[in-house]
Amino acid sequence: MFGSLDLATIWFLIVGVLLTGYAILDGFDLGVGMLLPFTKTDQDRRLMLNSIGPVWDGNEVWLLVGGGALFAAFPDVYATVFSGFYIPFMLLLACLIFRAVAIEFRSKEPGAWWRNFWDWSFSIASYLIALLMGVALSNIAMGLPLRPDKEYGGGFWNLFHPHSLVLGLTTIALFMMHGSIYAVMKTDGELNTAMRRLSKSAMIFFGVTYGLLTIVTMVFAPHMADKIRELPWLFVLPLIGFLAIANVPREMTRNREGAAFVSSSVAIGTLLGLFGLGIYPNLVPSMPNPELSLTIRNAVASQKTLETMTVIAVIGVPFVLAYTIAIYRVFRGKVDPAHMHY
Amino acid sequence: MNVEILARLQFAFTTFFHYIFPPISIGLGLMLVVMEGAWLRTGNEMYKRMAHFWVKVFALVFGIGVASGIVLEFEFGTNWATYSRYVGDIFGSALAAEGVFAFFLESGFLAILVFGWHKVTPKWHFFSTCMVALGSTFSAVWIVVANSWMQTPAGFKIVGEGTTARAEITDFWAMVFNPSTVDRLSHTVVGAWITGAMLVVSVSAYYVLKNRHLDIAKAGLKMGLVFALVSCGLQIWLGHQSAIGVAKNQPSKFAAMEGHYDSDKPIDLTVLGAVDEQNGRVSGLTLPGLGSTLMGGPDVRATGLTDIPARDRPPVQLTFQMYHLMVFLGVALTLLVVVANVLLATGKLWTNRAVLGMLVGAVVVPHVCNQAGWIGAEVGRQPWIVFNLLRTSDALSKVVTAEHVLASLVMFIVLYALLGALFVYLLNKRIQEGPEDATWPENPTLDDPTGSVKEPLLSEAKR
Repeated sequence: MFGSLDLATIWFLIVGVLLTGYAILDGFDLGVGMLLPFTKTDQDRRLMLNSIGPVWDGNEVWLLVGGGALFAAFPDVYATVFSGFYIPFMLLLACLIFRAVAIEFRSKEPGAWWRNFWDWSFSIASYLIALLMGVALSNIAMGLPLRPDKEYGGGFWNLFHPHSLVLGLTTIALFMMHGSIYAVMKTDGELNTAMRRLSKSAMIFFGVTYGLLTIVTMVFAPHMADKIRELPWLFVLPLIGFLAIANVPREMTRNREGAAFVSSSVAIGTLLGLFGLGIYPNLVPSMPNPELSLTIRNAVASQKTLETMTVIAVIGVPFVLAYTIAIYRVFRGKVDPAHMHY
Repeated sequence: MNVEILARLQFAFTTFFHYIFPPISIGLGLMLVVMEGAWLRTGNEMYKRMAHFWVKVFALVFGIGVASGIVLEFEFGTNWATYSRYVGDIFGSALAAEGVFAFFLESGFLAILVFGWHKVTPKWHFFSTCMVALGSTFSAVWIVVANSWMQTPAGFKIVGEGTTARAEITDFWAMVFNPSTVDRLSHTVVGAWITGAMLVVSVSAYYVLKNRHLDIAKAGLKMGLVFALVSCGLQIWLGHQSAIGVAKNQPSKFAAMEGHYDSDKPIDLTVLGAVDEQNGRVSGLTLPGLGSTLMGGPDVRATGLTDIPARDRPPVQLTFQMYHLMVFLGVALTLLVVVANVLLATGKLWTNRAVLGMLVGAVVVPHVCNQAGWIGAEVGRQPWIVFNLLRTSDALSKVVTAEHVLASLVMFIVLYALLGALFVYLLNKRIQEGPEDATWPENPTLDDPTGSVKEPLLSEAKR
């Protein structure tokens, strides 16, 4: 049906787009969660949570669908990574559960300890999710010790090293910055001023960690830039990323937070794009035995399944995009304190 | 304990907890469509207050359903990696379809349902309600398709050998409409309708008994009882179809369900009893040969457990008891619903406190049936994870140890016990607060998303 189209590469891109969509969308609501402890009053925290209320679980669906697409298109990658990263993934699940429940429960009781408990749960879970994702991405970039039977041969503590910690921290900083811009877009008055101030700190925090990440990547994972050395025109990608990042503070000082939000979204997109470019055609590079890597050729589903899923995506995705945009439009503008669910 | 037992326990426990919520979403979602439809058609504000109350309950249920559902999607990979490699080509495409067609739909439009009362017109809101109901039903479709494929695989070929063997799709529609999909999907969805209807019935009956919110309670009770009557009637027929399907496609499961040992003898129907696995017989209240009669005639025979090699037999007692529990409670619930409908039609229900009391308690019955039915279906498939193709013991993650699984199992038990207790507490609180009374919305509160007095869109619905 699809002739000689390289469906494996297309699905590498689709999985990447889904996970990038997740990072951009859930990134801002994770960021809002991280900023909760920096607010002063209960009303402020309610406004923050209500700003993400209508959209957070739709955002999380991007992770669910990304995981499903990975399962379907590259079953071996799904199996190896999910079972290999057993402990971090169980932690991730606990965090996702706590977040979902905390936002739903926190305003159901008036007591201070009740609200504090759920607010802290929400916030800590948001930090941990970002950290775990950064650590997971770093380990894939560095290469995993894979066995000949495609299984992960390392342990839990192997996952932590300077590069993974820096990438975890960078992810936290990036989502904090992204979330603070969203909070500025959605709030008024004093809270808005406070968020504007916080966004400056978040931008500096991100600038520092991003610089650090660039250094540790050159030291520990220089192969991530191999393709750009071979094909210099690809240098456009990091350039766009750099310009997008630099544009964030520029737009924020001009009070154009909408443009700043687009810029930080582009930054997230290009960073993940560079990640994808760095590992392609591998999905899970193997170190120290590169020949054991899981690639888009040896870990892929059958041509028939890829064709079927392409049809599903072609039919379904335009609808998803249309109503997602429509729903975001319904909830555009500042949070109205008179109409809060949480 | 070994990894297999622990991994199975963890999957069973996390599925059990998750499956409290989706049937409510599916059934209540459909009820919400009826409630909002009634509001739009009649312009009666009472229906809006009713829908508004139940949307809050729906949101609570949905939130926990999503969070506990992510766990299941991840567990295929974390605990059942070999299974994931084996079935990924088939299972994955159903899961991806579920994401694209169901999850985005429900979670997207749920935003409008809960947060959008004052943001969109009533028609838009009604449309969103329909989309949420549709989305939650779609999610049942794809996951039951995938599960049915594990019961009755079709439309595939096995590629590779030994440890690298995997199932690959050859015919997508044969996979989707495998021999058990239609039976099992309809049985599951109608079970969810009963669950949702009985929740509305139970809470409404409680209000009638307490003499509270009578307008909404009586309307809700009528709506729920009629809905439950139709669904229960349909379910008995669908359950029967399912049993015939199992007898045809999965003889070992059918034999365990009925405690049927001798292939040459007619199938007995046990009302209440226990399997004596040592001596290969069932003791208890048994109607000889009635099973055969129900399956088509007194001469109908089915493979008995003695003709199935011991290593291919499912655990008999558990499968038998769960199946019988489901049927017994299902029939009892149907009788209660019939009696209540007769009382409703003759106008005697509102004063019959005994029946109203039973209706309040009956909210748990569909849940017990749902869980028992699933335990019967999944345990009855053992020792296979994919029937006659892949053994459960061969499907585990190779690198995950018993200690890992034990730790995560303990984590889930603690987490879900906390969640379950909080859910019951908050649900009860919501029910005690009840829907807004007829004076609403003249006294809006901060917590009330629809508490707008100057609501220009409300009047449109009356026209």
